[in-house]
Amino acid sequence: MRIAPALALAAALGVTAGGAQAQITNNEIKIGILSDMSSLYTDLAGAGSVLAARMAVEDSGIAGRGFKVDFVSADHQNKADVGSNIARQWYDRDGVDLIVDVPNSAVALAVNTVTREKNKVFLVSGAATSALTGAQCSPNTIHWTYDTWVLANGTGNAIVKTGGDSWFFLTADYAFGHQLEADTEAVVVKQGGKMLGKVRHPLNTQDFSSFLLQAQASKAKIIGLANAGGDTVNSVKQAAEFGIVGKGQNLAGLLIFLTDVHGLGLPTAQGLIFTETFYWDANDQSRAFAKRFSERNKGIHPTMVHAGVYSSVIHYLKAVEALKADGDGAAVVRQMKATPTDDPLFGKGSVRADGRKIHPAYLYEVKKPSESTKPWDYYKLRATIPAEEAFRPLKDGGCALAN
Amino acid sequence: MIEIFGHSISPIQLYGQIALGLVNGAFYALLSLGLAVIFGMLNIVNFTHGAQYMMGAFVAWLLLNKLGIGYWWALVLAPVIVGATGVAIERLFLKHLYKLDHLYGLLLTFGVGLIIEGLFRNEFGASGLPYRIPAEIQAFGPVDLGFMRLPPYRVWVVVFSVAVCLATWFIIERTRLGAYLRAATENPTLVQAFGINVPRMITLTYGFGVGLAALGGVLAAPIYQVSPQMGSSIIIVVFAVVVIGGMGSILGSILTGFALGVIEGLTKVFYPEASNTVIFVIMAIVLLIKPAGLFGRTT
Repeated sequence: MRIAPALALAAALGVTAGGAQAQITNNEIKIGILSDMSSLYTDLAGAGSVLAARMAVEDSGIAGRGFKVDFVSADHQNKADVGSNIARQWYDRDGVDLIVDVPNSAVALAVNTVTREKNKVFLVSGAATSALTGAQCSPNTIHWTYDTWVLANGTGNAIVKTGGDSWFFLTADYAFGHQLEADTEAVVVKQGGKMLGKVRHPLNTQDFSSFLLQAQASKAKIIGLANAGGDTVNSVKQAAEFGIVGKGQNLAGLLIFLTDVHGLGLPTAQGLIFTETFYWDANDQSRAFAKRFSERNKGIHPTMVHAGVYSSVIHYLKAVEALKADGDGAAVVRQMKATPTDDPLFGKGSVRADGRKIHPAYLYEVKKPSESTKPWDYYKLRATIPAEEAFRPLKDGGCALAN
Repeated sequence: MIEIFGHSISPIQLYGQIALGLVNGAFYALLSLGLAVIFGMLNIVNFTHGAQYMMGAFVAWLLLNKLGIGYWWALVLAPVIVGATGVAIERLFLKHLYKLDHLYGLLLTFGVGLIIEGLFRNEFGASGLPYRIPAEIQAFGPVDLGFMRLPPYRVWVVVFSVAVCLATWFIIERTRLGAYLRAATENPTLVQAFGINVPRMITLTYGFGVGLAALGGVLAAPIYQVSPQMGSSIIIVVFAVVVIGGMGSILGSILTGFALGVIEGLTKVFYPEASNTVIFVIMAIVLLIKPAGLFGRTT
């Protein structure tokens, strides 16, 4: 058997070559982008998230300093079991060091558990549930872009204060919808508003007319849409068809993305109020990023999820570069928490003990068609929620790491 | 007030939900009719049907946004264009499968459907595209049914699809052309001996079934987002409708389509979480009691 000595030699050479950066596992930083590549969240995350991660690595210039970075991406099909199987396979077999994005809260919660078990790193941008920094917080996870609490607090507060004090919810029937509904209900009730009812619809529903009619019958002033992506788009579109808005009832889109507004068109979407943490047309830096991003993404401009993937990968690479190691996920996350964040899209910020990334949030309103002057010019700023007020106070989350 | 499952609802609201169920039923009927025609004549379980429904909506969108051709022409052109692609699929692939087991046709059409959906998603993204309700219909204003005000476009959907369903049933069951078709299904060799070009008739039948799917797509475009996955979310339900109605039964699929639309609509009121499973529960029960479907003939 001549192969055996050859293999032994190759292995020995491999070890020698790896000696230069013995702390970087497999001599490369491997980023897994786990997203919805084929269904209702594809445009707001999906391939755009893969691109955002690539751009972060390119912009960081880390390759020029001797680090090798590789990418792998997959479609979790919005199924928690599919998502956790991919995560397990990536960590165990493919040498993936961190997983980013993961829209869909149910899948994110599953990946959260696997990542902790394997001591890797999970940077959440697409998923919303505030449980990720609450009861299910983990020393291996950072929740980057937004969460259900921010959405509920930002939008809920603003609407109740302007007279929208009775609510009816259309809720997507899974982890995310339930959490968003619960968080918003708490805000509404705290502000003196009341809940008149709710209906829970299956994920990826086409026809919302029946649910909208139930909402209409409740006579609530505000119909809160605790859903996302294609579900929100179809709800808003059909509410317009049934003439619900304008008869004393208004819609509150609790989670609306730039791509949803694009899909609806301004004539249907105008006047919607919602909270986001990033808008491409906010300042020169975000516009410059959007220009580079959209040129490589079929003209689709970056959503806050894409921006969050970019920003989180930048910060991760800084931590790995400082530690010169990526094997111990909890150590990398500790380093990320210890260092203030700074990137062109979210500005200066920090990562809290419970894994919550802190930055300002913004209350936006969708422009009227007459106010939009260029492609993708959709939002106007109604209010800025400062970083220290935007997120759930550390003590309220019930996260064990907070103590 | 009527109370079911601890959920109380006034009769007026109940009628409203039944009316909405009929609108959804109209889509189910139109799509399951196309499937029934194709299965009845070609013995092919056409899993591309959802993708073809989606193509109908996209062709309408493209006609409007690229060529400035509006809804009414799209109602005619989209079924013809998508039907023509159906003819190509039949000529290229399906005609080789008639003598084989149903499973081959099912797998082929399923694969073709996935490819078409993927191509559209790659080109147009997943968020969907807006298609406005035609101004001529919107101008009517909501139709007052006494118990609710139904948007005029929904009324149009029901009226138009009932007309199309009845016309299709009439052609197949009551005309000479329909008689040829049915005869060709029973005994193609004999019908061919009478000088009728059976392969061409089968090709055109497939094109017609596909055209019905595309017509459903055009009707759906102003109500739902025009998105690549709009077909895959409806097609499974439509298959359940066809199975419940009885594979290949024209009248069965029409009636079952409307009936299940209503049942699904009522589920959305009384137990919304189950609204996307109720049809499959009914399917399971029907298969246990009448394996050939409610209107199917056991052979």
